Order: sequence, then structure tokens, then C-alpha cells
Amino acid sequence: MTDLTELGVKAIRDGVASGDFTAREVAESFNANVAAAQDALNAFIVATPEKALEAADAVDAARARGDTLGKLAGVPIGMKDLFATKGVQTTAASHILEGFVPEYESTVSANLWRAGAGMLGKLNLDQFAMGSSNETSYFGNVISPWRKEGSNAGLAPGGSSGGSSAAVAARLCPAATGTDTGGSIRQPAAFTGISGIKPTYGRCSRWGIVAFASSLDQAGPMVRDVTDCAIMLEAMAGFDPKDSTSLDLPVPEWEAGLDPDLRGKKVGIPREYRMDGTDAAILKSWDDGIAWLRDAGAEIVDVSLPHTKYALPAYYIVAPAEASSNLARYDGVRYGLRELPQGANLQEMYAATRAAGFGDEVKRRIMIGTYVLSAGFYDAYYNQAQRVRTLISNDFKAAFEQCDVILAPTTPTASFPLGDKVDDPLAMYLNDVFAVPASLAGLPAMSVPAGLNADGLPLGLQIIGRAFDEQGVLNAGLAIESRAGFDARPKRWW
Amino acid sequence: MTTSNYRIHGATGEWEVVIGLEVHAQVTSNAKLFSGAATAFGAEPNSQVSLVDAAMPGMLPVPNRECIRQAVRTGMAIDAEINAWSRFDRKNYFYADLPQGYQISQLYHPIVGEGSLTIEADEKAGIPADKVIGIERIHVEQDAGKLMHDQHPSMSYVDLNRSGVALMEIVSRPDMRSPAEAGAYVRKLRAILRYVGSCDGNMEEGSMRADVNVSVRRPGEAFGTRTETKNVNSVRFVMQTIEHEARRQVDLIEDGGVVVQETRLFDPNTGTTRSMRSKEDAHDYRYFPDPDLLPLELDADFLAECRASLPELPDAKRRRYVEALGLTEYNARELTAEVETYARFEQLLAETAAKLGKSEKDAATQVANWSLSVAPGVINALGAEANPANATAAAQAEILAMQAAGEISGGQAKEIFEIVLRTGREPAEIAEAEGLKQVSDTGAIEAAIDQIIAGNADKVAEYRGGKDKLFGFFVGQTMKAMQGKANPAVVNQLLKEKLDG
Repeated sequence: MTDLTELGVKAIRDGVASGDFTAREVAESFNANVAAAQDALNAFIVATPEKALEAADAVDAARARGDTLGKLAGVPIGMKDLFATKGVQTTAASHILEGFVPEYESTVSANLWRAGAGMLGKLNLDQFAMGSSNETSYFGNVISPWRKEGSNAGLAPGGSSGGSSAAVAARLCPAATGTDTGGSIRQPAAFTGISGIKPTYGRCSRWGIVAFASSLDQAGPMVRDVTDCAIMLEAMAGFDPKDSTSLDLPVPEWEAGLDPDLRGKKVGIPREYRMDGTDAAILKSWDDGIAWLRDAGAEIVDVSLPHTKYALPAYYIVAPAEASSNLARYDGVRYGLRELPQGANLQEMYAATRAAGFGDEVKRRIMIGTYVLSAGFYDAYYNQAQRVRTLISNDFKAAFEQCDVILAPTTPTASFPLGDKVDDPLAMYLNDVFAVPASLAGLPAMSVPAGLNADGLPLGLQIIGRAFDEQGVLNAGLAIESRAGFDARPKRWW
Repeated sequence: MTTSNYRIHGATGEWEVVIGLEVHAQVTSNAKLFSGAATAFGAEPNSQVSLVDAAMPGMLPVPNRECIRQAVRTGMAIDAEINAWSRFDRKNYFYADLPQGYQISQLYHPIVGEGSLTIEADEKAGIPADKVIGIERIHVEQDAGKLMHDQHPSMSYVDLNRSGVALMEIVSRPDMRSPAEAGAYVRKLRAILRYVGSCDGNMEEGSMRADVNVSVRRPGEAFGTRTETKNVNSVRFVMQTIEHEARRQVDLIEDGGVVVQETRLFDPNTGTTRSMRSKEDAHDYRYFPDPDLLPLELDADFLAECRASLPELPDAKRRRYVEALGLTEYNARELTAEVETYARFEQLLAETAAKLGKSEKDAATQVANWSLSVAPGVINALGAEANPANATAAAQAEILAMQAAGEISGGQAKEIFEIVLRTGREPAEIAEAEGLKQVSDTGAIEAAIDQIIAGNADKVAEYRGGKDKLFGFFVGQTMKAMQGKANPAVVNQLLKEKLDG
């Protein structure tokens, strides 16, 4: 029998449906991989093998009864520990929420369970989704399954969805949820040679996802290929009346609409993304991507996104501003950590709790956010950043008059060694320089593997589409995927 | 605009007081502003708290349409500009009764803009003429929870039942110049809210409370520095706050001091205010648009429904009572002051007019007098013996109809009503069984008159000789003979005929 953990979402779904193997066999195989890799990779904060088996048994029973099976029937997945899961600890990788067990299930995870998926465990991440290397988790770094050729140094799996990217790349799960505020799906997908899509803002409900920056946060799938992206996103997305910013639109049949033939389509190449300091290998992969899309029938056009250089500064004002307010609820009063020094009053309890409960990066962003919203600075920072955000949206609108999708690198470099940038926040923030503009504009964007660099590390290409046009993004991704022939995988060392 | 002559007499001369009020009115709705939790007053602590109200991780606000509708209707009732596009902002501060760490409010783009209301002239209170008080804005926001400090020796408890309840903050212009004007403003605003049904106006339960902004100045000069006294929860306390605060500021200035802009608290036990925090340690609330909520856009259909659903408002109703029903200004004002009062009046008027087969205008004065003085008099006199549930409109209309038809006298009407209140029996049955009817039967009255004329020939001669005043004597004798049950009009008419005839 083949190793079931070699299979992706589609293969598992179809195999379970046709009776080639049972959902229970699938869940057991992945449970075993999760357990075997935990010490080395630290991808999970909590493993829930019993949940995976329970869901699998329900699918097997449904199949035995002849019931119609869900879109993800029999597919065990990893759940980023930013999604509230009823009865299972939900921490956002923070000390302040350590031990917090929600009484409710996030809309996206509930959608996935309803589609027949099962939960392998809660995946590690950067604390409160703030970080680009998964080094800010209270529960320790996630180690990328990838290594540079000839080196045993631990590499960053990307962030904030670093547990998700590492787990999918290492075959600990066929699929994982991610969330993307300023690249947190795309950058880790690129670093680990997997596919991930951030849909249009509002496609996936934010209800029950621990908030980082409300106007930017979007959930999306992290999987092995473009088809699996389409399948899983269909299961995650949908209008939710509990989220005022949710899109009241039907969920398209993205899987059925997949088509790598790009004849008649125009692909925009934004000249401002050719930035100084971008890795030569990245630029080479970009050129490869252009050639592949041309080969798929697309016309390549030069487009301009003139305000690109302001995107990262604007993002690092808007996101921390929202975060500083969103994270005010972690105050030690109602749930989570409470630090109560002897004789402390309310203010002292707040200070002690938040000092102990938040990591340095979270504190840094709370302070930045508090600063940019404070009296006297609000106009100069927050309002100015909002204006920049509008300009960036307008840039994309203008570009999409000339093209259907935009092709760009996902990241300026391949993965870097853990510890390399941890003391230099600005260098760390630069990781998201290509990812952030689409986040600010709320546009669908995905990363697909393009190849390996000289060190044998994966590189990703990013496709950005018009609002609501996930299909166009997925199709361009499929065109690249089918030409890139990316079949590299980390050598198992764990 | 007529200016108030209310002055603080200081050691150095006269001072004028300038008042602005921010009234927080709890929106009448079954659910909170952004969650489905209930809003009933007096429930067990923390029994009306949703995941959103407790600010659990990942919870999101969803605006409650009914709360928005009530705010819009309130705005329309004060003739205000309604902003079809408004937005919610977060007001950030830490406190244990504020689970989110921010209050969702509307700073930059409130739902209701400029409006006004009119307070009526009241000579006795020093309001010489009707006065228009400007209202700057109404915005909607969440209420906070409540801390309880008396439950444990070393800890405070928090009750989140109020957390997230919808409030309207109604901000006046600094247009009031005396405690009486401020009191009249609060009463008028309360009446409008209760007419509209957007707030129950119950100040005791905290459904309505005012932040009182007070400053003093020499008449005609520029505004002085104001203080804001928070959460004052009755009309009387609002007036006391102003009196105390104006006096305090005048004394301070005249002693060479300076009024500092600060937040103060009113102490109902002493009628005084004390400093809570000064501007220096004021919070920086870091307002910014709430990214969890889209801007609120109101379409034309929604606005049209809001307008169509507005009831007749106090000023219009008062005018109609005077102009269409012919009531006195005084009666019209009294009857329109409270929703319950006009509702009872209008129901009784409709039933009475129907029973009498008359127009409402023809019945209105009788019903108004009954409603404002006769009925309350009887009810008050009975005290606890009265069962108010017996005072149905049908019973009262029946009494009024009997009185109008001359079947019972005014005194009998009161007696019958008293029995109705005690027992709930039918007025007609009471009149019959208790002999509480006046005799209009001319035969019986004529017989009595004939007997009196026959027995008082001397007095008859004197009367006919020009001593008109004796007419009263004959009326009295006739009524006595009829045991007080004769219809006085009939007695008068028959006596006249027989004595003069």
C-alpha cells in the first residue's frame, strides 16, 4: 500500500470516496507523522489525534450508509492556533492565552468540519500572527523541514503561518489553514515550497479568528498544489452574518473552474517590484514565471504600481494601530493569564499581566500602534497611512485595466536561518514587502512554488488578482505549476 | 431669543451661567447594539452577556438594526439632519467594566447631526418665553458594564449585563442659562424620547443620565472654562448640580482662583460636586474607525419607514389639543406632558365621544377636566383602596356619558367612580342600585315644587315682589325635598316657570 501521507487533498478525498482506503487509515497515517516530527519541527502546539480519528470515523460511517460526502470528506488538516476551536486550547501562540479553551468554534473551522475534514492539531505560529519567521511563538520556534544543502542549521518556515507551512511541507498534514494579514500565508508557503492563497478580503469569515488587524486579516488554505487550494478554499469561504465585513456572495466552484489555458489573458508585470536588494535567484524565478505564463497563452504587459514603496510603511502603521486596540481585551480580567502581584490595584494587574503575557514583538507592535493613534500623531501617521492605502488600491485598479492578473515574486529572498533577523525588526518586516500591497488592497493573492535556489531552497511566485477573482489567480497559478514541474521536497531528517 | 434673567449674585457683581447637556439615553430594544444578548433591567449579574459582550477572542460586532432605527427616529423627532452615511469609531481605554478595552462609539461621523427642541415659557420658573435649545448631534454607542465594590472585602466584581447595551448620546449646544431651563430641557427631551419610543426615560434605572457642562461668565462676555459633571440621574439633581457648580465657580473666581477644565462627580447626599479628574490626566482615547464594522449607510426606504413610523410629537399634539379640541393651554400642556397621560386621555375621549354621539371636540373639555382633576382627585383620596385596574376607559366613559346626559350629578359621578375603583362594578348598575341618580322626571320635581310654593306663600310673595335672591332658597328647598337627587337644571327651569309664570 502506498504511504497515504504522500497524498494531497484531492487524492485523499477521491480515494476515500471511491473506497481505495478509509478515512481512518488516512488519519492514522498523518497522526503518526505528526507525532514523529513534533520534537524536531515543533509545528504543533497541541496535537489532537482523537479529533482526527473521530472525524474520519464519521466520514467512513457516512460513506458506508451511502450518504453524500462533503468537499473535504476524510481529509485531516492542521488548524492554525489562531482559530477558536471549541473544547481545544486556542492560544494565538501566546502566554496570555495559554490554557484558554473556547466555548465556540470559529466559522471557518466549523465550515471545514462540516465539509468532512478532521483536526490533526493546532498549529504553531508567530505570536498573535505577528512575525515572518515563526520565532515569536511563546511555544518555541517552528523549524523548517528544509535545510540548505550541506548545512544542518535550522531555517525559518516563514510566518506567521509557520506551523502550517512546515507541517504541509513535511507531510504532517495534507492541508492546513493559514491566515494572512500582510503575507502570513504567502511568505511561509514560498519558504517551504507549498501553495497558499489569501482570498479577497471578506471571502472567509473572521468570526472566531483571534484578531490581529481586522481590516487586513483573511484566512486561506495552505496545501501542496493549486487544485487543493481551490478545493479547500471552497470549503472555508462563505458569507457569515456574524462578520459585518463578510462578503455576501455565493462561493464560486473554483475547483470546477480550474483551467490553465491563459489564451486571451493578460499578465501584468509591476516594474516597481524590481527592487534593489532582491535576490538574483528570485529575479530569475520571476523571469521563469513570465516565460511559463507566456507559454500558457497569456500576453505579458508592463504595469505600474507607483505607490508600492509606501505600502510597507503604511502597513506597519495600520496593522499595529488596529492590533493595539484589538489586543486590549487581553487584560487579565475575564480569561487567560492574570498576574496579580501582592497588593496590586487594577492598573498594576493590567501592567503585570500584559508584561508577562505578551512577547517582545507583540509589545513592539502594541506600542507602535498606540503611538500612531495618539493625540497629535493620528493625522500624521494613521490618517496618512489610510490615504496611502487608498492610493495603493487605486494603483491596482488602474493596473487591472491593463491586465487580468499580476505576477511578482512572493518574497525578496528564500528562507533564512533562524536567529538571523530576530534582532532586526526592520529587516524582518522587509520579508513582506511584496506581499503587503495586495493585503492593503484586500485583493486575492497566492504563492505557488517556482523552483529552488542554489542552496536548494524553494522560491515562490505570487499571483495577485482583481477583487473576487480568485479563479483568475488560481488558473494562473495552475499554469505556472504545470510548467514549473516543482517536485522538490525536504529530505526527511527528523 | 428672550434671555434668561437668572443670575448668580457674587460679591463683585452678577454672573450668568452657561449650560450644555450630554444626555445618555438607553435605546429601547430587545437586544444590545452589537450582539444578540438581552437588555432587561434588574437581571441576575452576568446573565445577559454574549460572547461578543464579554469580548472573547475572535468575536465581532454586528450592528442591531433596531437600535439604529430608534436613533434615526429620535433624530427626526428633533428635526435633525440625518446622516445617511455614518461610521463607528473605537474609543480606547482600559477599565474592568469595558471588556473590549474600547467602546464602540461615533466620534467623527455621528448618525444624527444638527437639530433642536423647544422648551415652553414658564413665568414661575423664570422662563419668560418659549426657547429653542440647539442639539449638536446624536450618536450611538455601547454602554459599559458595572463594577460592584461591595461583594468582597478585597476584590471588585464586574457585571457585564449592561456591557454593549445601545445608548444614544444627545449633545446639546451650550444654550441654557438657568437650572430651570436645563430642567425643562431634560423633561422635554425625555417626553420626546418616550413619545418616539426610543428610550423609556427611566432615570432611576439609569436608562437616561446626563453629563452636565457648566461655566459662568459676566453677562454678555465670552464663555468661561467649563466643568463636566458626569452621570447625573434625575432632573432635580441636574438642577442642583448647576446651582452648586455655578456658585462654586463664581466663588472660586471671585476669590482670585481659576476654574480648571475637569470632570466632576455629583453627590446626591450633599447636593455638591467634587473633582474626579482634571484635563491633565484626561485619557487619550486614540479614537479611530472601527475596522470590524463597515460604514453605516441608510437607504431611502429605511429613512422613509423611520419617518412614517413617528407618532404625533408633544408640540404638535399640544397645538392640536388647543386648536382642534378647544382645550385651554394649561390643560393641553398637562395632558401632553407624559405618554401615559395623553394615551389615557385620548382613549377616554374617543370612548366618551362615541357614547355621547358627539364629536371629540364637543366632549374634549369635559373629558380633560375629568382626566386632569376629577379622576385623580378621587383616586388620590381613595389611596390604597383604589384598584387602578378598575379605572377602565369604558367605565369612565360611561360615567361621563351619564353625567353629560344629566342622569347623574357631578357629585354622583365621583361617588360612582369611587365605587368602581373599589369594586370594579358597572357604573350604570351602581347608579341604579345605590340610588346615585338624579331625578329629571318633571312630574316628581313639579310635585315637590308645588308643595314648597304652597307651604311658603310669604316667601313666594316676597320673591314676586322683587326679592330675586330668594330664588336660591326655593332651589335649596326643592333639592332637599328631592334628597339632593334632582337634576339642578330641571329644578331651575321648573322653579322659574312656576314662580315667574
